[in-house]
Amino acid sequence: MSAHPAAEHHAGHAHGPPIANKSSRLDATVLGMFLFIASEAMLFGAFFTAYFFVRVVNPEAPGWPLEPFHLPVFVAGVNTAILVTSSFTMHWALQSIKRGNRAGLKAGLVLTLVMGTAFLVTQMIEYARVGFNPSDGAFGTIFFGLTGLHGAHVFVGLTLLSVATVRAFRGHYTPEHHHGVEIPGIYWHFVDVMWIVVYATIYLI
Amino acid sequence: MARNPFSSEADAYRFLLLTIGYFALIVAAAAVDRWLGLAVFVVLTGLVLWRWLGARSAEPPLRPAVPQRPDAEHHILVIANETLGGHELLEVLQRKSESVREQVLVVAPALNTPVRHWASDEDGARAEAQQRLDASLERLAAAGVDVRGEVGDGDPLQAIEDALRTFGAHEIVISTHPEGRSHWLERNVVGAARERFDTPITHVIVDLEAEGLAETRAEARAEAEPR
Repeated sequence: MSAHPAAEHHAGHAHGPPIANKSSRLDATVLGMFLFIASEAMLFGAFFTAYFFVRVVNPEAPGWPLEPFHLPVFVAGVNTAILVTSSFTMHWALQSIKRGNRAGLKAGLVLTLVMGTAFLVTQMIEYARVGFNPSDGAFGTIFFGLTGLHGAHVFVGLTLLSVATVRAFRGHYTPEHHHGVEIPGIYWHFVDVMWIVVYATIYLI
Repeated sequence: MARNPFSSEADAYRFLLLTIGYFALIVAAAAVDRWLGLAVFVVLTGLVLWRWLGARSAEPPLRPAVPQRPDAEHHILVIANETLGGHELLEVLQRKSESVREQVLVVAPALNTPVRHWASDEDGARAEAQQRLDASLERLAAAGVDVRGEVGDGDPLQAIEDALRTFGAHEIVISTHPEGRSHWLERNVVGAARERFDTPITHVIVDLEAEGLAETRAEARAEAEPR
């Protein structure tokens, strides 16, 4: 039996990780996820800080957003419903493959992809018809910045989902091995959570 | 420890549903009155934080598997770092080893800076802990204590937990500097350990400065005495 690489560590010459119990090591996937969430929180946080600053410096405004800005709350609400529903189908897709239901996996992924695309297309149409652009004052800049930042995340999510969908149709994934669906699923739900925050903050409150 | 809400798809999905509920309540309240919305936001956020902190502290105490036979060896787990070589600790272990067949495991936490810990750069810290451990093991073995040792996690509580999983201890001895000079006491390591582990804990205070002073005086007396 070969010596454990860490056993040499006591001699002070070894390379590689030192001896440590599993529970005492910072798991790489957990660290990666924490760093990702932290970076995203800072990224969105910077935009939200700017947004609330603009709101705070206009305390006497009779309504929000200020004239002449008008946001399509209803259309965005429908879009929100589409995105939330896509999370349901994403969850269904993953539950299906866990139970060995390949048809459910494929249907769930395709539906998620279609609804995600519909969300993005609707947002582009909203941009075209909203009546102001990023150069129309601080509110316009932040509105397009925040929703555009989220849209970029949706685009990344759709790319991940496309890969997962193609692989699903090629016969990949089993009830035991479905990491390629799990990770895009986590990301998709995260994107959905961020949209709930953006929609509630920008459009509703 | 509270769970990472994005550790799995199922957790992320649950977090999404909770987020929807959280914002739905805030928006509904804000629709009635802006200040009511703010109040609901504060209350809900407080509840979330309370639940999160509660989840962190509500873990049941760890019960290590220990031999139950009366003739079995008495297992003592010792956690110490700079105080490993202290007389007080040595005396306590000798006292506890009297009239029983003991087995002592000494764990020296590899104290590290947070930055080095996050970068998994622990080699230096472990090497230093190993040096202290080796010196201490020699002294304990010379005193007739059946002892072995290992370097543990930089967090003393984590080091205890790790050791308990492989070494079923009947009791734990935590050795620290005196109050005012001990980082572990400042962080209430002993109190936290008593809450977290369902094993009797003895706290030994080792005053290395006083011991060093006493040794110096003894040496000086020995030199001054006529031979």
